[in-house]
Amino acid sequence: MTDLSDLYQQIIVEHNRAPRNFKKLAHPTRAAEGANPLCGDQIKLEVELAGDRISDIGFQGSGCAISQASASLLTGAVQGKSTADAQELFRQVHAMLTSAPGTPVDTAGLGKLAALAGVRQFPVRVKCASLPWHTLRAALQSAAEPVTTE
Amino acid sequence: MTSVRHAPPAVPRPTFDVEQVRRDFPLLQTKVRGKPLVYLDNAATSQKPRSVIARTEQYYATENANVHRGVYELSERATAAYEDAREKARGFLNAASAREIVFVRGTTEAINLVASSFGRKELQPGDEVLISAMEHHSNIVPWQLVCAERDATLRVVPMNSRGELEMDEFAKLLSANTKLVALAHVSNSLGTINPVADVVRLAHAKGVPVLVDGAQAAPHGPIDVRALGVDFYTVSGHKMFGPTGIGLLYGTAERLEALPPYQGGGDMIKTVTFAKTTYAEPPAKFEAGTPNIAGAIGLGAAIDYLRGLDWEAVQTHERDLLAYATERLGQLPEVELVGTAAHKASVVSFTVRGVHAHDVGTIVDQEGVAIRTGHHCTQPVMDFFGVPATARASFAFYNTRADVDALVSAVQRVTRVFAG
Repeated sequence: MTDLSDLYQQIIVEHNRAPRNFKKLAHPTRAAEGANPLCGDQIKLEVELAGDRISDIGFQGSGCAISQASASLLTGAVQGKSTADAQELFRQVHAMLTSAPGTPVDTAGLGKLAALAGVRQFPVRVKCASLPWHTLRAALQSAAEPVTTE
Repeated sequence: MTSVRHAPPAVPRPTFDVEQVRRDFPLLQTKVRGKPLVYLDNAATSQKPRSVIARTEQYYATENANVHRGVYELSERATAAYEDAREKARGFLNAASAREIVFVRGTTEAINLVASSFGRKELQPGDEVLISAMEHHSNIVPWQLVCAERDATLRVVPMNSRGELEMDEFAKLLSANTKLVALAHVSNSLGTINPVADVVRLAHAKGVPVLVDGAQAAPHGPIDVRALGVDFYTVSGHKMFGPTGIGLLYGTAERLEALPPYQGGGDMIKTVTFAKTTYAEPPAKFEAGTPNIAGAIGLGAAIDYLRGLDWEAVQTHERDLLAYATERLGQLPEVELVGTAAHKASVVSFTVRGVHAHDVGTIVDQEGVAIRTGHHCTQPVMDFFGVPATARASFAFYNTRADVDALVSAVQRVTRVFAG
């Protein structure tokens, strides 16, 4: 039995209502766009690097609560991190989102991002949560093509 | 000759008993997520009555053979059942002849067939094809493809803010360059019923043929292609309580004869040599390869089922569902209805303020309510209304006011979840 309150946790509802770092950067050094055709989620991520460190990050876009909250949580989580640490966080979140419902989640170091674990019970919505993360990875790798989670 | 002057005894009119009808549909008896299924995604696909499921099984169990080929009895039986289904389809559409009914995979294939065959023969550089602003992608993209190939132009008749076709604009756009008009009978995302007969009259006055996408009209009652005056009409079997993978293209005998073949292969030929092939007459000309025999026969059974309904009573019931859903959803302060045409089929598209349609879909699903959320293969319609997506409840005759109540209470839960 799936539970809605696992998916729409307070922190997700709140980040959807008032997304953090919803902004355009003045001097982005990296950027990428992502789209999820199922939901029509669209996201543009901009990253400003100081050396190897993410000194600022902003996102713009529209979409379902899961994608918007995930993007908002992402920006808070990678702010100030090295690109290698951000990549590691991507790996951890991706592993959490794609693991089987009911299996244990290693939330150590995930902080607020652990709220996204409930999405596992709703397979069609996993792509919504992972879209900002794929977009971040594309931005850090400076992929020329927009990413899609279809 | 005597005439009876007194009133005839009151014969009970055949009426529509929705609870009895629901028992004909096995899937409507099931539960999802522990709750009785409230199926409100009929514009995407409809559920199937037991008679359709049984007829399909019977075909495979007792009649399965290829059609139009064998001289043995089984093949004759399969062919007879297949052609009998064509005759049933003729009756449902009120076509003049069964030769005007082509079996296809569905509306998408029917439109692609006409776009490809008509386009290759008739479209020249500078010619125009006219569609409307509320078309399904399947009545947009095939025309874009053929227009690009033929250096022709696709023109779009606008709609107003209620989702009604702008007939004045249509009349203006209809020109000497217009070679074909392609229009939905009923909009899948808005429910608008278009004035097809008026469109046909205006188009024919300029000698322009009209294709009507009837995928969303046929589930709401028998069609009269001759009264509408259309040149081509398309339906999808699975949306009218029949199997998936089968549909109909109606074309007047004159139009179908003039069209070149679509796909080449077996069954669509008269003679084949390496030097020259001659083609069969319609409809065989357009049915290359082994067709979906079981699908056609199943569609025939669906048409039998529909013919058994009292359509006056059914349409009264569907109008009541539409009015009731419109009223109840309209009373929710956070809900905005999208598509409010004066003439509508039982389709209600809506948005919930501050909540994306997919979140609405996920939450109401928890209550056993199945609705479609997204752009409904009509991205230009979403752009027109300035929304990324809508939630859509689409009703069939087997739905009830209780289904509407379940939807409304599920939508109220959406608001509670997002109130935090």
